[in-house]
Amino acid sequence: MFELFSYGPLGWGDEILSGLWVTLRLAVTTLPVGLLIGFAVAGLSLSHNRGLRALGVGYTTLMRGLPEILTLFIVYNGVGLLLNRGLAAVFPDAGPVEFSPFAAGVVALAMVFAAFAAEVLRGAFLAVPEGQIMAGRAIGMTPRQIFWRIKLPQLWRFALPGMGNLWLNLLKDTALVSVIALDDLMRATKVAVGVTKQPFTFYLVACLIYWLLCVVSELGMAKLEQRANRGVRRA
Amino acid sequence: MALIDTLVQNWPKLLDGVGTTLALTGMGALIAAIAAPPLALLRAQGSALAQAPLRVYISFIRGTPILAQLFLVFYGSGQFRVELQSLGLWTFFRDPFNCAVLVFAINSCAYQTEILRGGIQAVAPGEIEAGRAIGMSRLMVLRRIVFPHAYRIAWPALGNEIILLMKASALASVVTVFDLMGRTRQIFSRSFDFSVYFWAAALYLAMTVCFVVLWRLAERRLSRHMTGQTPQGVQ
Repeated sequence: MFELFSYGPLGWGDEILSGLWVTLRLAVTTLPVGLLIGFAVAGLSLSHNRGLRALGVGYTTLMRGLPEILTLFIVYNGVGLLLNRGLAAVFPDAGPVEFSPFAAGVVALAMVFAAFAAEVLRGAFLAVPEGQIMAGRAIGMTPRQIFWRIKLPQLWRFALPGMGNLWLNLLKDTALVSVIALDDLMRATKVAVGVTKQPFTFYLVACLIYWLLCVVSELGMAKLEQRANRGVRRA
Repeated sequence: MALIDTLVQNWPKLLDGVGTTLALTGMGALIAAIAAPPLALLRAQGSALAQAPLRVYISFIRGTPILAQLFLVFYGSGQFRVELQSLGLWTFFRDPFNCAVLVFAINSCAYQTEILRGGIQAVAPGEIEAGRAIGMSRLMVLRRIVFPHAYRIAWPALGNEIILLMKASALASVVTVFDLMGRTRQIFSRSFDFSVYFWAAALYLAMTVCFVVLWRLAERRLSRHMTGQTPQGVQ
Protein backbone atom coordinates (compact mmCIF):
# COMPACT_ATOMS: atom_id res chain seq x y z
CA MET A 1 0.00 0.00 0.00
CA PHE A 2 2.63 2.53 1.07
CA GLU A 3 5.08 1.59 -1.68
CA LEU A 4 2.49 2.92 -4.15
CA PHE A 5 3.28 6.41 -2.87
CA SER A 6 7.03 5.99 -2.42
CA TYR A 7 9.64 7.83 -4.45
CA GLY A 8 11.43 6.37 -7.45
CA PRO A 9 10.35 4.16 -10.36
CA LEU A 10 8.09 1.90 -8.26
CA GLY A 11 6.03 4.45 -6.41
CA TRP A 12 4.03 7.45 -7.50
CA GLY A 13 5.08 9.83 -4.74
CA ASP A 14 7.44 11.85 -6.92
CA GLU A 15 4.97 12.13 -9.82
CA ILE A 16 2.20 13.33 -7.52
CA LEU A 17 4.50 15.83 -5.82
CA SER A 18 5.60 17.29 -9.16
CA GLY A 19 1.91 17.55 -10.11
CA LEU A 20 1.28 19.36 -6.84
CA TRP A 21 4.15 21.71 -7.70
CA VAL A 22 2.45 22.58 -11.03
CA THR A 23 -0.88 23.15 -9.23
CA LEU A 24 0.75 25.51 -6.72
CA ARG A 25 2.73 27.35 -9.40
CA LEU A 26 -0.44 27.82 -11.43
CA ALA A 27 -2.39 29.21 -8.46
CA VAL A 28 0.44 31.49 -7.32
CA THR A 29 1.01 32.83 -10.86
CA THR A 30 -2.70 33.43 -11.41
CA LEU A 31 -3.25 35.35 -8.17
CA PRO A 32 -1.35 38.60 -9.02
CA VAL A 33 -2.61 38.60 -12.63
CA GLY A 34 -6.20 38.13 -11.46
CA LEU A 35 -5.82 40.80 -8.77
CA LEU A 36 -4.47 43.29 -11.31
CA ILE A 37 -7.36 42.73 -13.74
CA GLY A 38 -9.72 42.72 -10.75
CA PHE A 39 -8.52 46.18 -9.67
CA ALA A 40 -8.99 47.47 -13.21
CA VAL A 41 -12.53 46.05 -13.44
CA ALA A 42 -13.43 47.38 -9.98
CA GLY A 43 -12.20 50.78 -11.13
CA LEU A 44 -14.48 50.55 -14.16
CA SER A 45 -17.55 49.57 -12.12
CA LEU A 46 -16.93 52.45 -9.69
CA SER A 47 -16.37 54.97 -12.50
CA HIS A 48 -18.55 58.07 -12.84
CA ASN A 49 -18.70 57.52 -16.57
CA ARG A 50 -21.81 55.53 -17.47
CA GLY A 51 -20.21 53.71 -20.41
CA LEU A 52 -17.17 52.58 -18.41
CA ARG A 53 -19.42 51.47 -15.56
CA ALA A 54 -21.54 49.37 -17.94
CA LEU A 55 -18.34 47.77 -19.23
CA GLY A 56 -17.23 46.82 -15.72
CA VAL A 57 -20.63 45.52 -14.65
CA GLY A 58 -20.98 43.64 -17.95
CA TYR A 59 -17.63 41.93 -17.47
CA THR A 60 -18.38 40.76 -13.92
CA THR A 61 -21.88 39.57 -14.86
CA LEU A 62 -20.65 37.65 -17.90
CA MET A 63 -17.64 36.00 -16.29
CA ARG A 64 -19.49 35.06 -13.12
CA GLY A 65 -22.34 33.54 -15.13
CA LEU A 66 -20.24 31.22 -17.29
CA PRO A 67 -18.95 27.83 -16.14
CA GLU A 68 -15.20 28.07 -15.46
CA ILE A 69 -14.52 25.11 -17.72
CA LEU A 70 -16.27 26.86 -20.63
CA THR A 71 -14.09 29.95 -20.11
CA LEU A 72 -11.04 27.71 -20.06
CA PHE A 73 -11.98 26.05 -23.36
CA ILE A 74 -12.81 29.36 -24.99
CA VAL A 75 -9.42 30.74 -23.99
CA TYR A 76 -7.49 27.57 -24.84
CA ASN A 77 -9.13 26.88 -28.20
CA GLY A 78 -10.01 30.45 -29.15
CA VAL A 79 -6.67 32.08 -28.36
CA GLY A 80 -4.89 29.13 -29.97
CA LEU A 81 -6.99 29.58 -33.10
CA LEU A 82 -6.41 33.34 -33.21
CA LEU A 83 -2.70 32.88 -32.60
CA ASN A 84 -2.36 30.45 -35.47
CA ARG A 85 -4.50 32.51 -37.80
CA GLY A 86 -2.42 35.60 -37.05
CA LEU A 87 0.79 33.62 -37.46
CA ALA A 88 -0.36 32.17 -40.78
CA ALA A 89 -1.11 35.68 -42.03
CA VAL A 90 2.38 36.91 -41.15
CA PHE A 91 4.37 33.75 -41.95
CA PRO A 92 2.38 31.78 -44.54
CA ASP A 93 4.68 28.73 -44.46
CA ALA A 94 5.05 28.37 -40.68
CA GLY A 95 3.42 25.29 -39.14
CA PRO A 96 0.73 25.56 -36.45
CA VAL A 97 1.96 26.28 -32.91
CA GLU A 98 0.49 24.98 -29.68
CA PHE A 99 -0.77 27.56 -27.16
CA SER A 100 0.82 26.51 -23.86
CA PRO A 101 -1.79 24.94 -21.55
CA PHE A 102 -0.10 26.65 -18.59
CA ALA A 103 -0.55 30.09 -20.16
CA ALA A 104 -4.12 29.26 -21.13
CA GLY A 105 -4.78 28.13 -17.56
CA VAL A 106 -3.34 31.32 -16.07
CA VAL A 107 -5.29 33.56 -18.47
CA ALA A 108 -8.63 31.76 -18.03
CA LEU A 109 -8.37 31.38 -14.24
CA ALA A 110 -7.22 35.01 -13.89
CA MET A 111 -10.19 36.23 -15.95
CA VAL A 112 -12.61 34.34 -13.68
CA PHE A 113 -10.77 35.36 -10.51
CA ALA A 114 -10.78 39.00 -11.62
CA ALA A 115 -14.57 39.09 -12.06
CA PHE A 116 -15.18 37.88 -8.49
CA ALA A 117 -12.29 39.94 -7.07
CA ALA A 118 -13.68 43.10 -8.69
CA GLU A 119 -16.92 42.64 -6.74
CA VAL A 120 -15.04 42.09 -3.47
CA LEU A 121 -12.85 45.16 -4.09
CA ARG A 122 -15.83 47.30 -5.06
CA GLY A 123 -17.57 46.34 -1.82
CA ALA A 124 -14.40 47.07 0.15
CA PHE A 125 -14.04 50.54 -1.39
CA LEU A 126 -17.63 51.35 -0.52
CA ALA A 127 -17.15 50.04 3.03
CA VAL A 128 -14.80 52.90 3.95
CA PRO A 129 -16.96 55.15 6.17
CA GLU A 130 -18.10 58.39 4.53
CA GLY A 131 -17.04 60.40 7.59
CA GLN A 132 -13.37 59.54 7.10
CA ILE A 133 -13.45 60.82 3.54
CA MET A 134 -15.16 64.02 4.68
CA ALA A 135 -12.53 64.38 7.41
CA GLY A 136 -9.82 64.06 4.79
CA ARG A 137 -11.49 66.68 2.66
CA ALA A 138 -11.95 68.96 5.66
CA ILE A 139 -8.22 69.03 6.37
CA GLY A 140 -7.60 69.86 2.73
CA MET A 141 -6.55 66.53 1.20
CA THR A 142 -6.81 66.19 -2.56
CA PRO A 143 -8.90 63.28 -3.97
CA ARG A 144 -5.64 61.56 -4.85
CA GLN A 145 -4.35 61.86 -1.28
CA ILE A 146 -7.66 60.59 0.06
CA PHE A 147 -7.34 57.55 -2.20
CA TRP A 148 -3.77 56.72 -1.22
CA ARG A 149 -3.88 57.62 2.49
CA ILE A 150 -7.41 56.77 3.57
CA LYS A 151 -9.10 54.38 1.15
CA LEU A 152 -6.30 52.11 -0.03
CA PRO A 153 -4.77 51.28 3.40
CA GLN A 154 -8.17 50.13 4.65
CA LEU A 155 -9.11 48.25 1.48
CA TRP A 156 -6.95 45.31 2.51
CA ARG A 157 -8.84 44.89 5.78
CA PHE A 158 -12.31 44.97 4.22
CA ALA A 159 -11.38 42.82 1.23
CA LEU A 160 -9.50 40.12 3.12
CA PRO A 161 -12.37 37.74 4.03
CA GLY A 162 -13.75 37.80 0.48
CA MET A 163 -10.30 37.39 -1.04
CA GLY A 164 -9.66 34.39 1.21
CA ASN A 165 -12.69 32.63 -0.24
CA LEU A 166 -11.61 33.51 -3.78
CA TRP A 167 -8.15 32.07 -3.12
CA LEU A 168 -9.74 28.77 -2.02
CA ASN A 169 -11.90 28.75 -5.16
CA LEU A 170 -8.82 29.44 -7.27
CA LEU A 171 -6.90 26.56 -5.67
CA LYS A 172 -9.79 24.21 -6.43
CA ASP A 173 -10.40 25.56 -9.94
CA THR A 174 -6.81 24.76 -10.92
CA ALA A 175 -7.95 21.13 -11.11
CA LEU A 176 -9.77 22.06 -14.34
CA VAL A 177 -6.53 22.56 -16.27
CA SER A 178 -5.95 18.79 -16.11
CA VAL A 179 -8.67 18.64 -18.80
CA ILE A 180 -6.49 20.63 -21.23
CA ALA A 181 -3.52 18.32 -20.68
CA LEU A 182 -1.52 20.30 -18.13
CA ASP A 183 0.35 17.95 -15.77
CA ASP A 184 -1.07 19.23 -12.50
CA LEU A 185 -1.93 17.21 -9.40
CA MET A 186 -5.18 15.96 -10.92
CA ARG A 187 -3.55 14.73 -14.10
CA ALA A 188 -0.60 13.12 -12.32
CA THR A 189 -3.20 11.22 -10.29
CA LYS A 190 -4.98 10.16 -13.48
CA VAL A 191 -1.73 8.81 -14.93
CA ALA A 192 -1.03 6.88 -11.74
CA VAL A 193 -4.56 5.45 -11.83
CA GLY A 194 -4.07 4.31 -15.43
CA VAL A 195 -1.07 2.21 -14.46
CA THR A 196 -1.96 0.94 -10.98
CA LYS A 197 -5.71 0.38 -11.53
CA GLN A 198 -6.38 1.75 -8.04
CA PRO A 199 -8.61 4.73 -8.86
CA PHE A 200 -10.25 5.14 -5.46
CA THR A 201 -6.99 5.08 -3.50
CA PHE A 202 -5.29 7.62 -5.74
CA TYR A 203 -8.20 10.03 -6.18
CA LEU A 204 -8.76 9.91 -2.43
CA VAL A 205 -5.13 10.89 -1.88
CA ALA A 206 -5.53 13.74 -4.40
CA CYS A 207 -8.64 14.92 -2.55
CA LEU A 208 -6.79 14.77 0.78
CA ILE A 209 -3.95 16.87 -0.66
CA TYR A 210 -6.37 19.55 -1.91
CA TRP A 211 -8.14 19.44 1.44
CA LEU A 212 -4.84 19.93 3.27
CA LEU A 213 -3.99 22.91 1.03
CA CYS A 214 -7.37 24.49 1.80
CA VAL A 215 -7.17 23.91 5.55
CA VAL A 216 -3.64 25.36 5.69
CA SER A 217 -4.83 28.34 3.60
CA GLU A 218 -7.72 28.92 5.99
CA LEU A 219 -5.35 28.94 8.98
CA GLY A 220 -3.06 31.38 7.17
CA MET A 221 -6.00 33.60 6.31
CA ALA A 222 -7.17 33.70 9.92
CA LYS A 223 -3.67 34.91 10.90
CA LEU A 224 -3.69 37.55 8.15
CA GLU A 225 -7.10 38.81 9.22
CA GLN A 226 -5.95 39.02 12.81
CA ARG A 227 -2.96 41.06 11.70
CA ALA A 228 -4.99 43.30 9.39
CA ASN A 229 -7.42 44.12 12.20
CA ARG A 230 -4.81 44.66 14.94
CA GLY A 231 -5.48 48.40 15.06
CA VAL A 232 -9.25 48.06 15.17
CA ARG A 233 -11.22 48.25 18.37
CA ARG A 234 -13.44 45.24 18.95
CA ALA A 235 -17.06 45.88 19.86
CA MET B 1 -23.73 34.83 -40.50
CA ALA B 2 -21.47 31.97 -39.51
CA LEU B 3 -22.95 32.35 -36.04
CA ILE B 4 -26.49 31.77 -37.27
CA ASP B 5 -25.44 28.84 -39.46
CA THR B 6 -23.87 27.15 -36.45
CA LEU B 7 -27.10 27.46 -34.52
CA VAL B 8 -29.26 26.26 -37.44
CA GLN B 9 -27.07 23.19 -37.90
CA ASN B 10 -26.66 22.27 -34.24
CA TRP B 11 -29.71 23.42 -32.34
CA PRO B 12 -31.19 19.94 -31.70
CA LYS B 13 -27.93 18.82 -30.06
CA LEU B 14 -27.53 22.03 -28.09
CA LEU B 15 -31.13 21.89 -26.90
CA ASP B 16 -30.65 18.28 -25.85
CA GLY B 17 -27.55 19.43 -23.93
CA VAL B 18 -29.56 22.15 -22.18
CA GLY B 19 -32.08 19.50 -21.11
CA THR B 20 -29.34 17.31 -19.64
CA THR B 21 -27.75 20.28 -17.86
CA LEU B 22 -31.11 21.20 -16.33
CA ALA B 23 -31.73 17.57 -15.31
CA LEU B 24 -28.29 17.28 -13.68
CA THR B 25 -28.69 20.55 -11.81
CA GLY B 26 -32.34 20.06 -10.87
CA MET B 27 -31.93 16.52 -9.57
CA GLY B 28 -28.71 17.32 -7.69
CA ALA B 29 -30.20 20.43 -6.08
CA LEU B 30 -33.47 18.70 -5.20
CA ILE B 31 -31.87 15.68 -3.53
CA ALA B 32 -29.59 18.04 -1.60
CA ALA B 33 -32.57 20.19 -0.59
CA ILE B 34 -34.34 17.16 0.88
CA ALA B 35 -31.33 16.09 2.94
CA ALA B 36 -30.20 19.57 4.05
CA PRO B 37 -32.89 20.66 6.62
CA PRO B 38 -32.31 17.91 9.23
CA LEU B 39 -28.54 18.28 8.81
CA ALA B 40 -28.79 22.06 9.20
CA LEU B 41 -30.81 21.61 12.37
CA LEU B 42 -28.19 19.23 13.73
CA ARG B 43 -25.48 21.70 12.79
CA ALA B 44 -27.33 24.54 14.53
CA GLN B 45 -28.52 22.82 17.66
CA GLY B 46 -26.85 19.40 17.96
CA SER B 47 -24.27 18.39 20.55
CA ALA B 48 -20.60 18.85 19.67
CA LEU B 49 -20.15 15.09 19.38
CA ALA B 50 -23.05 14.70 16.95
CA GLN B 51 -21.78 17.63 14.92
CA ALA B 52 -18.22 16.34 14.52
CA PRO B 53 -18.82 14.00 11.52
CA LEU B 54 -20.99 16.64 9.88
CA ARG B 55 -18.26 19.26 10.24
CA VAL B 56 -15.69 16.90 8.69
CA TYR B 57 -18.03 16.16 5.77
CA ILE B 58 -18.70 19.85 5.09
CA SER B 59 -15.03 20.79 5.40
CA PHE B 60 -14.01 17.98 3.03
CA ILE B 61 -16.58 18.96 0.39
CA ARG B 62 -15.64 22.63 0.60
CA GLY B 63 -11.91 21.89 0.58
CA THR B 64 -11.73 19.67 -2.51
CA PRO B 65 -12.40 20.41 -6.19
CA ILE B 66 -15.74 19.10 -7.40
CA LEU B 67 -13.89 17.56 -10.35
CA ALA B 68 -11.83 15.47 -7.92
CA GLN B 69 -15.03 14.43 -6.12
CA LEU B 70 -16.53 13.39 -9.44
CA PHE B 71 -13.47 11.32 -10.37
CA LEU B 72 -13.40 9.77 -6.90
CA VAL B 73 -16.95 8.47 -7.32
CA PHE B 74 -17.05 7.69 -11.05
CA TYR B 75 -13.59 6.15 -11.54
CA GLY B 76 -13.08 5.24 -7.88
CA SER B 77 -16.14 2.99 -7.82
CA GLY B 78 -14.31 0.73 -10.31
CA GLN B 79 -11.98 -0.34 -7.52
CA PHE B 80 -14.94 -1.89 -5.70
CA ARG B 81 -16.54 -3.44 -8.75
CA VAL B 82 -16.91 -6.93 -7.25
CA GLU B 83 -18.42 -5.64 -4.03
CA LEU B 84 -20.77 -3.28 -5.86
CA GLN B 85 -21.82 -6.05 -8.25
CA SER B 86 -22.72 -8.34 -5.37
CA LEU B 87 -24.80 -5.51 -3.90
CA GLY B 88 -26.48 -4.92 -7.27
CA LEU B 89 -25.23 -1.31 -7.35
CA TRP B 90 -22.71 -1.66 -10.15
CA THR B 91 -25.16 -0.71 -12.92
CA PHE B 92 -25.82 2.54 -11.03
CA PHE B 93 -22.15 3.50 -10.72
CA ARG B 94 -21.29 2.49 -14.29
CA ASP B 95 -23.50 5.29 -15.65
CA PRO B 96 -21.69 8.66 -15.62
CA PHE B 97 -24.99 10.57 -15.39
CA ASN B 98 -25.91 8.80 -12.13
CA CYS B 99 -22.46 9.43 -10.66
CA ALA B 100 -22.65 13.11 -11.62
CA VAL B 101 -26.08 13.54 -9.98
CA LEU B 102 -24.85 11.72 -6.86
CA VAL B 103 -21.74 13.91 -6.59
CA PHE B 104 -23.66 17.13 -7.24
CA ALA B 105 -26.23 16.16 -4.59
CA ILE B 106 -23.55 15.33 -1.99
CA ASN B 107 -21.65 18.51 -2.85
CA SER B 108 -24.62 20.85 -2.87
CA CYS B 109 -25.99 19.30 0.33
CA ALA B 110 -22.88 20.45 2.22
CA TYR B 111 -23.28 24.03 0.99
CA GLN B 112 -27.06 24.10 1.46
CA THR B 113 -26.66 22.77 5.01
CA GLU B 114 -24.31 25.63 5.90
CA ILE B 115 -26.58 28.23 4.29
CA LEU B 116 -29.67 26.90 6.04
CA ARG B 117 -27.83 26.71 9.36
CA GLY B 118 -27.15 30.42 9.02
CA GLY B 119 -30.86 30.98 8.38
CA ILE B 120 -31.90 28.91 11.41
CA GLN B 121 -29.49 30.75 13.68
CA ALA B 122 -30.79 34.10 12.42
CA VAL B 123 -34.37 33.42 13.57
CA ALA B 124 -35.11 35.82 16.43
CA PRO B 125 -35.12 33.92 19.76
CA GLY B 126 -38.14 35.90 20.88
CA GLU B 127 -40.28 34.30 18.18
CA ILE B 128 -39.33 30.83 19.33
CA GLU B 129 -40.05 31.76 22.96
CA ALA B 130 -43.40 33.19 21.90
CA GLY B 131 -44.26 29.88 20.20
CA ARG B 132 -43.33 27.93 23.35
CA ALA B 133 -45.30 30.36 25.50
CA ILE B 134 -48.53 29.66 23.65
CA GLY B 135 -47.93 25.93 24.11
CA MET B 136 -46.45 24.82 20.78
CA SER B 137 -44.52 21.55 20.86
CA ARG B 138 -40.85 21.52 19.77
CA LEU B 139 -41.82 20.03 16.42
CA MET B 140 -44.53 22.58 15.84
CA VAL B 141 -42.15 25.45 16.66
CA LEU B 142 -39.79 24.07 14.01
CA ARG B 143 -42.51 23.58 11.41
CA ARG B 144 -44.42 26.82 11.94
CA ILE B 145 -41.74 29.29 13.10
CA VAL B 146 -38.12 28.21 12.65
CA PHE B 147 -38.12 26.69 9.16
CA PRO B 148 -40.47 29.12 7.40
CA HIS B 149 -38.40 31.98 8.72
CA ALA B 150 -35.05 30.31 8.09
CA TYR B 151 -35.94 29.63 4.46
CA ARG B 152 -36.98 33.22 3.91
CA ILE B 153 -33.66 34.46 5.30
CA ALA B 154 -31.61 31.86 3.39
CA TRP B 155 -33.53 32.14 0.10
CA PRO B 156 -31.16 34.46 -1.84
CA ALA B 157 -28.08 32.48 -0.74
CA LEU B 158 -29.77 29.20 -1.71
CA GLY B 159 -30.43 30.67 -5.16
CA ASN B 160 -26.75 31.56 -5.51
CA GLU B 161 -25.80 28.02 -4.56
CA ILE B 162 -28.07 26.54 -7.25
CA ILE B 163 -26.51 28.85 -9.87
CA LEU B 164 -23.05 27.71 -8.76
CA LEU B 165 -24.24 24.10 -9.05
CA MET B 166 -25.49 24.72 -12.58
CA LYS B 167 -22.09 26.10 -13.54
CA ALA B 168 -20.36 23.16 -11.87
CA SER B 169 -22.60 20.73 -13.75
CA ALA B 170 -20.54 21.54 -16.86
CA LEU B 171 -17.85 19.33 -15.30
CA ALA B 172 -19.99 16.27 -15.99
CA SER B 173 -18.87 16.62 -19.61
CA VAL B 174 -15.42 15.48 -18.46
CA VAL B 175 -16.83 12.06 -17.51
CA THR B 176 -18.60 11.79 -20.90
CA VAL B 177 -22.05 13.09 -19.94
CA PHE B 178 -23.52 14.96 -22.93
CA ASP B 179 -24.78 18.04 -21.15
CA LEU B 180 -24.58 21.47 -22.82
CA MET B 181 -20.81 21.59 -22.29
CA GLY B 182 -20.40 18.02 -23.54
CA ARG B 183 -22.44 18.70 -26.67
CA THR B 184 -20.46 21.90 -27.28
CA ARG B 185 -17.13 20.09 -27.04
CA GLN B 186 -18.45 17.32 -29.29
CA ILE B 187 -19.56 19.80 -31.97
CA PHE B 188 -16.28 21.73 -31.73
CA SER B 189 -14.10 18.63 -31.98
CA ARG B 190 -15.88 17.57 -35.17
CA SER B 191 -16.17 20.91 -36.96
CA PHE B 192 -13.56 23.18 -35.33
CA ASP B 193 -16.33 25.76 -35.56
CA PHE B 194 -15.46 28.15 -32.75
CA SER B 195 -18.80 29.99 -32.79
CA VAL B 196 -20.45 27.03 -31.03
CA TYR B 197 -18.73 28.25 -27.85
CA PHE B 198 -20.52 31.55 -28.28
CA TRP B 199 -23.89 29.77 -28.30
CA ALA B 200 -22.94 27.67 -25.30
CA ALA B 201 -22.07 30.83 -23.38
CA ALA B 202 -25.33 32.49 -24.44
CA LEU B 203 -27.36 29.45 -23.38
CA TYR B 204 -25.67 29.21 -19.97
CA LEU B 205 -26.33 32.93 -19.40
CA ALA B 206 -29.95 32.54 -20.53
CA MET B 207 -30.47 29.67 -18.07
CA THR B 208 -28.99 31.76 -15.25
CA VAL B 209 -31.17 34.77 -16.08
CA CYS B 210 -34.37 32.66 -16.25
CA PHE B 211 -33.50 31.05 -12.94
CA VAL B 212 -32.80 34.38 -11.24
CA VAL B 213 -36.19 35.74 -12.39
CA LEU B 214 -38.08 32.65 -11.19
CA TRP B 215 -36.23 32.65 -7.88
CA ARG B 216 -37.10 36.33 -7.28
CA LEU B 217 -40.77 35.61 -8.01
CA ALA B 218 -40.69 32.78 -5.48
CA GLU B 219 -39.00 35.06 -2.97
CA ARG B 220 -41.75 37.63 -3.38
CA ARG B 221 -44.34 34.93 -2.75
CA LEU B 222 -42.49 33.73 0.36
CA SER B 223 -42.59 37.24 1.80
CA ARG B 224 -46.07 38.20 0.54
CA HIS B 225 -47.37 38.72 4.07
CA MET B 226 -44.71 41.38 4.59
CA THR B 227 -45.57 43.62 1.65
CA GLY B 228 -46.79 47.02 2.67
CA GLN B 229 -45.23 46.76 6.11
CA THR B 230 -41.98 48.45 5.20
CA PRO B 231 -41.95 51.93 3.72
CA GLN B 232 -40.96 52.09 0.08
CA GLY B 233 -37.25 52.22 -0.57
CA VAL B 234 -36.45 50.55 2.74
CA GLN B 235 -35.72 46.85 2.70
